[in-house]
Amino acid sequence: MSTFVDRYPDEARVVRATLVVSFAALGIGAFFGLIQALHRTGYLRIIDSTDYYTVLTGHGVLLALVFTIFFLLGLFTWAVTRSLERPMPNIRLTWAWFGLSTTGAVFAAVAIVAGLFPSLDMSADVLYTFYAPLQAHPLFYIGLAMFIVGTWIAGADWFLAYRSWRSDNPDERIPLQTFMVLTTMLMWYLSTIGVAVSVVVFLIPWSFGLIETVNPLLTRTLFWYFGHPVVYFWLMPAYLMWYTILPKLAGGRLFSDPLARVVFVLFLLLSTPVGIHHQYLDPGIAEGFKFIAMTNTMFLLLPSLLTAFTVVASMEHGARQRGGEGYLSWLGSLPWRDPAFTGMALAGLMFAAGGFSGMINAGMNINYLVHNTLWVPGHFHLTVGTAVALTMMAGSYWLVPQLTGRRLYSRPIALFQVVLWFIGMVFMSNGMHRAGLLGIPRRTAEPQYQSFDFSATIGSVTELRIQMAIGGTLLFVSVVLFLFNVLLSAIEDPIEMPVDDSLPAPLSGADGSPVVLDNLRLWTAIAIVLVILAYSLPLASIVSDGGLFGESGTFPVFIEAVYWIVGVVV
Amino acid sequence: MEIHDYEKLWLGLALLLIVGFIATVAYGAVGAGVAMVDDEGGTVDPNALDQHPKFSDPGVYESGDGEYDVYVIARQYMFQPGTQEPIEVPANSTVTFHVTSADVIHGFEVVGTNANTMAIPGEVATITVEVSSPGKYGLLCNEYCGGGHHGMEGTLRVVPRTEFNGTEVSG
Repeated sequence: MSTFVDRYPDEARVVRATLVVSFAALGIGAFFGLIQALHRTGYLRIIDSTDYYTVLTGHGVLLALVFTIFFLLGLFTWAVTRSLERPMPNIRLTWAWFGLSTTGAVFAAVAIVAGLFPSLDMSADVLYTFYAPLQAHPLFYIGLAMFIVGTWIAGADWFLAYRSWRSDNPDERIPLQTFMVLTTMLMWYLSTIGVAVSVVVFLIPWSFGLIETVNPLLTRTLFWYFGHPVVYFWLMPAYLMWYTILPKLAGGRLFSDPLARVVFVLFLLLSTPVGIHHQYLDPGIAEGFKFIAMTNTMFLLLPSLLTAFTVVASMEHGARQRGGEGYLSWLGSLPWRDPAFTGMALAGLMFAAGGFSGMINAGMNINYLVHNTLWVPGHFHLTVGTAVALTMMAGSYWLVPQLTGRRLYSRPIALFQVVLWFIGMVFMSNGMHRAGLLGIPRRTAEPQYQSFDFSATIGSVTELRIQMAIGGTLLFVSVVLFLFNVLLSAIEDPIEMPVDDSLPAPLSGADGSPVVLDNLRLWTAIAIVLVILAYSLPLASIVSDGGLFGESGTFPVFIEAVYWIVGVVV
Repeated sequence: MEIHDYEKLWLGLALLLIVGFIATVAYGAVGAGVAMVDDEGGTVDPNALDQHPKFSDPGVYESGDGEYDVYVIARQYMFQPGTQEPIEVPANSTVTFHVTSADVIHGFEVVGTNANTMAIPGEVATITVEVSSPGKYGLLCNEYCGGGHHGMEGTLRVVPRTEFNGTEVSG
């Protein structure tokens, strides 16, 4: 017996490198999160409120893009290598995409953090959504473009690996993990077209002063064309772990391989034609287009609801293999002392709660009550911030040992860490959801206003602020424990089998599913047709109304405006 | 394809839930009359708002019996009107807000209500609300619009009909 690092040492090295970048971003991003949580609740203020937005941009970009996507790059490389049982076709190409995306991420991070140092004359406090006409330094946009191109090349690398496997195995079904990687990447290629056009055609020339204005609604719509599918790009690595790793950790095996394939195909088809649901409140987009996006969004619940079934069913199967009995008492037979299992199970539980608040967001008339309030970050801290992030951390406790050949430094600390994340997020997301219902806005350094107060019918605004501050602090402590544990694991002595890295075959195998599920060309073609149906008319209408380059005023105008507000307040 | 019986049941219930959600939204739009912000407000040149028939003098305009149009410009970091002087509308009336931006993207939210929209340069957002009894509401910008974003607020006052004088608040 040997573990992953012994079989594929070159690939293990790349995966470790991606995880190092991922976890570095996690550490810095979490620290920014702590500063924000304490600043906007008023308990500790070490930055100016105008710098809050730089810190917020750093938090969003480093956690939502760099931490999640670098983890994905590593996980997918691991999954393709192990499920195809062959090394990557050209390891130089693998290092090339790693180098390109890392350089891009560093550029973007430098442009953001420079905003804290006024003497550098560089800033990018345009938030994670980075849409015009707020302008960032060109380095920010260039860095993001390099990062995205890096992910494209990574996808090409995995497709090349698949192609060489296919030429040796013409009649076999695509191994499940590789199938998940390929469908996710097809979705990613389709959806990043929007952000690529926005950044390369409009924002980069504009930030260099080559074009004077942009059409804000157009760049915003192109951003959201990518801005919702990217959510599924974060989520798919978590799903890959829930489908292929979690059942094994629970003591059993995956319930159904065919249904897992159906779920990933549904994500490929439905992820992209939904972005307009972020723009329910935007003028300039007809109600009919919003209704189409809403319908697609609701149907996108289907693969997540199917996943909920499969994950719970697989866990129950595992519990019964371990001797669990009864309607619910089997829950007690699950391996709750295993941090990798417990972290993923708690992440799944939080995802259910986040799914429900997401259904509220998706309902286009109820959305009016919560749009751009703290409810929304409350929602995505459950989905991305817990379902994805906690699954990635928990999964690391199982993955890192097979990538390094060393055992985990401390399982008790790991178990404490994942539970602490869960508790911290219960506090923070509860506070945020409820504050949102009172109308307290998101993305603001000072939620208190001069001429009115927010009033809570249950509890008080102070109580909500305490919950958010406590939650944010616990989450930061949890990240520190995670990083500490993984770092110390890297200096343990190597052992032959640091973790049981085998994955059992599913109860219902791929042979039971129709061959058409593996026809990636067909699904891609249908996905493209759906995107054209959802987006061609709204985009045409936006361009014909506002012009390709818009006609908004002269930007940026921050400096004068900041003086103006200071003048008014003082 | 092999699908477990429980899976089929779950699939059926999931689809029922989804269709139910879509039905409630459709009912909200058609039955309850919840109108969406859409492209009805048209477009406007954000550099020439001073030449616009209404935005050149933003404020409250009477458009019919008990019906009012309110033109609001959002800019870094104020609502015109709203911030320097409150927006005043009479009680028990139908008010349509026409909101646009003179510079970057802003939000326009009447705190504690579902009157909420984006203000995008070049686009005019329209929302119609039924205003009932007198009272005072906060207005805030809920989309990040630059370093002074958190200071962008205003006031909406609903006054008894007898105290309302439309010309005073215009401009």
